[in-house]
Amino acid sequence: MSEPLILGIETSCDETGVALVRGCELLGDSVASSVDQHVRFGGVVPEVASRAHLEAMTPTVRRALDQAGVTLADVDAVAVTAGPGLAGALLVGVSAAKAYAMALGKPLYGVNHLVGHVAVDQLEHGPLPKPSIALLVSGGHTSLLLVNDLATGVVSLGDTVDDAAGEAYDKVARLLELPYPGGPPIDAAAQRGDSKAIRFPRGKWGDGTYDFSFSGLKTAVARHVEDAERQGVPLVVADIAAAFQESVVDVLTRKAVDACVEHGVRTLVISGGVAANSALRALAEQRCAEAGIELRVPRPRLCTDNGAMIAALGAEVVKAGLPPSSLDLATDTSLPVGSPLAM
Amino acid sequence: MLLLAFDTATPAVTAAIGETDADGAFALRASASSVDARRHGELLTPTIQGLLTESGLTLAELDHIAVGVGPGPYTGLRVGLATGRAFADALGIPCHGVVTLDALAFATKRTEPFLGMTDARRKEVFWARYDDHLTRTGEVQVDRPAEIDTEDLPLIGDGARMYADVLNTQAQEPHLPDAGAMAELALLRLHRGEELPEPVPLYLRRPDAVEPGAPKKVRQWVK
Repeated sequence: MSEPLILGIETSCDETGVALVRGCELLGDSVASSVDQHVRFGGVVPEVASRAHLEAMTPTVRRALDQAGVTLADVDAVAVTAGPGLAGALLVGVSAAKAYAMALGKPLYGVNHLVGHVAVDQLEHGPLPKPSIALLVSGGHTSLLLVNDLATGVVSLGDTVDDAAGEAYDKVARLLELPYPGGPPIDAAAQRGDSKAIRFPRGKWGDGTYDFSFSGLKTAVARHVEDAERQGVPLVVADIAAAFQESVVDVLTRKAVDACVEHGVRTLVISGGVAANSALRALAEQRCAEAGIELRVPRPRLCTDNGAMIAALGAEVVKAGLPPSSLDLATDTSLPVGSPLAM
Repeated sequence: MLLLAFDTATPAVTAAIGETDADGAFALRASASSVDARRHGELLTPTIQGLLTESGLTLAELDHIAVGVGPGPYTGLRVGLATGRAFADALGIPCHGVVTLDALAFATKRTEPFLGMTDARRKEVFWARYDDHLTRTGEVQVDRPAEIDTEDLPLIGDGARMYADVLNTQAQEPHLPDAGAMAELALLRLHRGEELPEPVPLYLRRPDAVEPGAPKKVRQWVK
């Protein structure tokens, strides 16, 4: 018997994502992004994102169905991001998902965006070994998770105490007069720089927790820029970018590998928008190889926000036999990672 | 002709199923409303489910959907529009837009001029002038109540009620839109062969967002 066909809908930030997944197979995946509308503001404007979600919603569903070569009548269940995310943005996806589920007479599952970022790896690398450690790094999140079971057993080991890693990239890019979003231009500039030219602090380094902090690092970069300015010294963007990036990925990979070792876990998944970063991938590969850990990083398209991650988690939740969400499902802007399914 | 109407552009979540026969005679099959400005997303689909149970109808029997396009507070407004568009997409039937103030005005059955007003937050109201319950004169606008020339006309809606002091006029019923009236209005227009507008939100304001100032140009960069 073939596995159920899951329609996944994601609208937690600035990407309207819709995908169709059967088991670990991605059949169709469409994303409409409003990122171009946020560039001039230097960050995501919630009202702009929410307006864009409403306009993109049904056309994105249509594109995903066409790509998968299926119709809505073929769908067995609807999964949607219930949180965490921007309130107004989440509400567009949840409202549409409820209407699709009700009109199709199929169950609705409100699922967790963060766990979706881990589940998506199954579409590329097959079933996730149990347990695994997952490092989620994006513009909104920096979390280290112990994943015993995607549908029922995700434990948060640590989180950022201030800025998310991607947020730090955006803020530092602004300091360096590089464009938004800051990840790609800093990564590109860093390729030409010397990461040892400046020593920036490592937030919460060796503090015995799996938490992260990037606010102090951002301030250190700002001070460096101001000092150079005061002294009339030209600023070497490539070196600053390389040293900043080195500080970020050093802490991220060290804590992720430490978590694997402490918990006796042989598999590390890195996902989220920042997982596309070349320095993060390179250092994670090196440190995982040294520690005998299998590193799994989904392709960049799957690392950023999309419907595939939500459909992939929906497939796990259905397989685990969890009860569907009711039609009065509420969005939860701070849904904890320990709740893969919102009720 | 069976039509499902709903509106989430005010603190009310209101939904109704209406029907017209071949002669255009209207019958209300079911309706329900509740007032909770913070729970539109939770309340709308269960309310519609309740209408279906009450009327013994199924979504598959519907011919049209009509949804309030506002104006109204944006987060709630989008709940109705996202729901209406998705229903229409899944059911393969048209989804039409109805201006929320027009539904409010239609429910008054008034034959003389009046103004309709709903709360726009930030000390402003969304408003429009009507010659009678079916005829709006001009575009819907957003203004501070004190800046509106009311022409001493009767004022209806919760916007008028909230600012009765400033407007020097007691607001008349109804205060909030009712989807039963919205269904009747939409079916009347369809029966007359009028083209109903697309379900596109009436925001009337641009998003609140400030562009960051230009970066200082005093730095010397080596790029």
